[in-house]
Amino acid sequence: MEKIPIIKIDRFLLVSIQVDMHDNLALSLQDELLTKITATGAKGVLIDISMLDIVDSFIGRILGSIAEMAKILDAEVVVVGMRPAVAITMVELGLSLEGIRTALDVDKGIKLLNTVLDERENIDGRVTR
Amino acid sequence: MKRQKNLVATMIIEHEGELLIDWLEERSRRNTNLMFNSGLFNKEEFERQASDLLKIFTKGLKEDTVLDIATDEWAEMRDYLSELSNDKAAKGYSATETAIFVFTLKKPLFKLLSREIQAHPEQLTNDVWEITALIDQLGLYITERFIKNREEIIARQQDEMLELSTPVVKLWEGILVLPLIGTLDSTRTQIVLESLLEKIAATGSNIAIIDITGVSVIDTLVAQYLLKAVTAARLMGAECIISGISPQIAQTMVQLGVRFTDVSTKANLSDAFAEALKRSGVVVTKRQESF
Amino acid sequence: MDVLRAREVPLTSEYDIARARQMVRAWALEISLGLVDQTKIVTAASELARNTVVHGGGGAMFLELISSEQRKGLRLTFKDNGPGIPDIQVAMEDGYTTGGGLGLGLSGAKRLVNEFVIKSAEGEGTEVILIKWKLVTHD
Repeated sequence: MEKIPIIKIDRFLLVSIQVDMHDNLALSLQDELLTKITATGAKGVLIDISMLDIVDSFIGRILGSIAEMAKILDAEVVVVGMRPAVAITMVELGLSLEGIRTALDVDKGIKLLNTVLDERENIDGRVTR
Repeated sequence: MKRQKNLVATMIIEHEGELLIDWLEERSRRNTNLMFNSGLFNKEEFERQASDLLKIFTKGLKEDTVLDIATDEWAEMRDYLSELSNDKAAKGYSATETAIFVFTLKKPLFKLLSREIQAHPEQLTNDVWEITALIDQLGLYITERFIKNREEIIARQQDEMLELSTPVVKLWEGILVLPLIGTLDSTRTQIVLESLLEKIAATGSNIAIIDITGVSVIDTLVAQYLLKAVTAARLMGAECIISGISPQIAQTMVQLGVRFTDVSTKANLSDAFAEALKRSGVVVTKRQESF
Repeated sequence: MDVLRAREVPLTSEYDIARARQMVRAWALEISLGLVDQTKIVTAASELARNTVVHGGGGAMFLELISSEQRKGLRLTFKDNGPGIPDIQVAMEDGYTTGGGLGLGLSGAKRLVNEFVIKSAEGEGTEVILIKWKLVTHD
């Protein structure tokens, strides 16, 4: 069975979805990703969907729940590289992925995660001080 | 009664020279002086086209021809007329001037056939009428082609204008601006906003300013497209700022129940640009005067 | 309206949803539908194919290339013999769900196409017809 590779870079995990996502694959990605967050102690997850030519309500829901669950595990999720046509279609479909962070590409996603994590550390620091 | 269309064809071929002279005369008589004065009319060109048309015309006239130019037998004629109308349109002839070319064949041809009818009365009586009717068809066809041609030109120009009216401009590294001007219909808005999203992806810009200073009216549909584009841009990882909303548009938006509350708006383009620079971490300061 | 070509795609498992998407994409490309419209029709097909498999207990998608006057289009018909929908009006509202999803399937898919027809009755299965037109413009 095909699998979507999850790569660890520094304190982040990178998932690049390069295949046509059927429903089971999306569900198993959710499982594996959450397991890996706990196993590695990653603080951020980048999901690169620049190769996906559609995101329907099922995939949209999976992306939403990954973000929500990761948050509980103390990791921030950024969805990167959504294509314009996919974005327009998702909006028309009624999916706006409220609460999910997005970035134009992996590079900008990493920058965004760093900013978010730095801010979080500052706040935490102040609390402990 | 047996049809003698081939007989008509023979007559035309036999008397082609005479027919062409009459045709040209008729054409000149029926012409507005303007045409001749403007130098558009070209005698050689007329003679060449007239003789070509007669050749194709006589070729079509066979014993059993159906006198309906929509049939396969007249395909060559239709092609020729289309080509002719394109040529006339390109040279700046009007629809009437184009049609007159064909219609002025009617009288000379009728004259010729009426004279020749004396020799073959029973074969020709019917054909004379039918052939005049056929020329009417040719005239209508060339006019139709002419109009069609014009319509295509207009449609092409509309497309080109649409392209021209979607200028997405880069203001700064990572900052794009789309100045919208004029009346926004839903088709144009859709195309413009799609091209903005494409440009965001292509240039990797984090911030896009949609400036509607030049827009006088916005309806619900257009406003919704704007909001959808803002949401779509956010899904891609970019932020939009809408600037230049006039007091009238602000009022209609609220009355129509369109909620711009989740969208960042600025009074004018320069405020929006300042905000965009701030978000990008760029600081603009005035240089200290040294004297 | 003329049907230029037709094909049936069975929808029984999860994998068929992906296959249906690929078929629709290929046909949409063939009538050179714009990229955004392609994405819309493929997404709508994905939503309805999943409905057919998950809620309708399986069925089929009929894919047709149609033409009418100045335009060409794709017509997709999804048919199942499942439990049917008791109240279509309610089912068409945003947020309606039986499968634990976001409930955007039917109403969302309707917004992605030009024409949308749904026929269903309790115990009699469901049939949904989608049409996406490609307007013929001058190239």
